[in-house]
Amino acid sequence: MTRLHAPDAMSPLPRAGGELIDAIQWAGLVGRGGAGFSTAVKWRAVVERSRGQAVIVVNGAEGEPQSKKDRVLMSMRPHLVLDGAFLAARVLHARRVVLYIGERHDAARAAMLRALAERPDQDRRITSFVPAPARYVAGAEAAAVHMINEGVATPTNVPPYPFERGVDGAPTLVQNVETLAHVALIARTGMRPTTSLITMAGAVARPGVIEVEAGTTIGGAIERAGGAGSSSRAVLVGGYFGSWVDTQRGWDIPLDHAALRQHGLGLGCGVIGVLSHSRCPVCETAGIMRYLAGESSAQCGPCFFGLRALADACTRIAESGTNGQDLERLRRWTVDVSGRGACRHPDGAVMFLQSSLQVFADEFSRHPAHGLRRTA
Amino acid sequence: MTQRLNLTVDRIKCDGRGLCAELLPELIRLDDWGYPILAAGPIPEHLLPLAQRAVEDCPVLALAIRRAEAVKG
Ligand SMILES: Cc1cc2nc3c(=O)[nH]c(=O)nc-3n(C[C@H](O)[C@H](O)[C@H](O)COP(=O)(O)O)c2cc1C
Ligand code: SF4
Ligand code: SF4
Repeated sequence: MTRLHAPDAMSPLPRAGGELIDAIQWAGLVGRGGAGFSTAVKWRAVVERSRGQAVIVVNGAEGEPQSKKDRVLMSMRPHLVLDGAFLAARVLHARRVVLYIGERHDAARAAMLRALAERPDQDRRITSFVPAPARYVAGAEAAAVHMINEGVATPTNVPPYPFERGVDGAPTLVQNVETLAHVALIARTGMRPTTSLITMAGAVARPGVIEVEAGTTIGGAIERAGGAGSSSRAVLVGGYFGSWVDTQRGWDIPLDHAALRQHGLGLGCGVIGVLSHSRCPVCETAGIMRYLAGESSAQCGPCFFGLRALADACTRIAESGTNGQDLERLRRWTVDVSGRGACRHPDGAVMFLQSSLQVFADEFSRHPAHGLRRTA
Repeated sequence: MTQRLNLTVDRIKCDGRGLCAELLPELIRLDDWGYPILAAGPIPEHLLPLAQRAVEDCPVLALAIRRAEAVKG
């Protein structure tokens, strides 16, 4: 069953109530926005508090620079995403639906709004559109809520969590667009979704979005993207909050949550980034850390100062060569910074860095001084 | 039943001057940028009065004592 390439059209929604939550649970659906959290658990938390006031936030912010899958999905199957959103609205007794779409995702926004215009009155009336600023943290749950409520796309403290008090102070479901598409497929077919969307990035012949069947391995996905030749050093699984794995070691690992977890990996936002042998992993790491440090919303000291210090230390190693003091600092600071922000931005950045330090231990321990080559 | 009380800090409010670490070094140390790192686990009974004091003296009211189940998930 493919999702991306099926025709996308409006058709009446199947009747849905609490049993859809059971079906979602049975299907084992977990979020595709990055955290991989159980969708059924989230829906239950909202429905039991809703009292007809709940709000559904359709998260199409897609702030991860290398990710394209949410945009492609919104562009090609907008009705499928809206099906999921309005099914959620029915089952959770929502009074409002918000389409939260990255402000630079023009084609996706146009397709979603065109599809919305074709929906029945009752659905259109409760739906509004809010552009998500093009910042990494703007897609985080609490930042989406903050943006919709007050026009500021920075995360806020939790608790209260969005499912307790979110948009308009009401219980709020923030759900990634691909997760919602899965919900629609479960409701329409009664079957477990068997595919997921992956963005292939970096040193592959054909970067872009592919839809892979369950059981597809990392190597299989690389081959679907035209292959990476024999020149690939490592693969970043799950985007900038993800983890590296040696290409050889990762080749046969299936792209599903359980299998990835066994290897200390996670699907995250579904980006598979292939690093060529011709690129320096230390410089690559420094570049990504610099980006993530710059994307801190600068509200929490350990995140703002900590990520900047980590990026600086990486840059020093990249530009001036390995030195023991900075390596020691990287190890200490990754531990210090983790878990000490209002949102999980520092945790994600530190997980990424820890995996770099582990997978590229050799490169980090004897990096020559060759300047920071900017990466694409 | 004894209540398990934890120290928590509001990371957005905290401006990291580190008064709390001076008052309660047993449970709070500062990172390299001056922001508090709290010891994991419940506050030992004998340190409760000091913890209370640190909470009251935090200039921006960022420090709090919470029942254990209310920590972040
Ligand atoms: C810094 C940060 C950025 C995030 N950006 C996005 C994003 O752009 N799109 C998205 O769907 N989820 C993003 N998330 C995850 C959301 O917080 C949230 O978990 C997700 O939208 C929930 O939907 P899901 O359960 O369907 O994945 C981000 C999280 C963090 C911590
Ligand atoms: S942890 Fe970082 S990104 Fe998250 S709210 Fe605090 S400063 Fe902003
Ligand atoms: S006293 Fe308050 S503001 Fe100062 S470091 Fe401690 S928690 Fe932060």
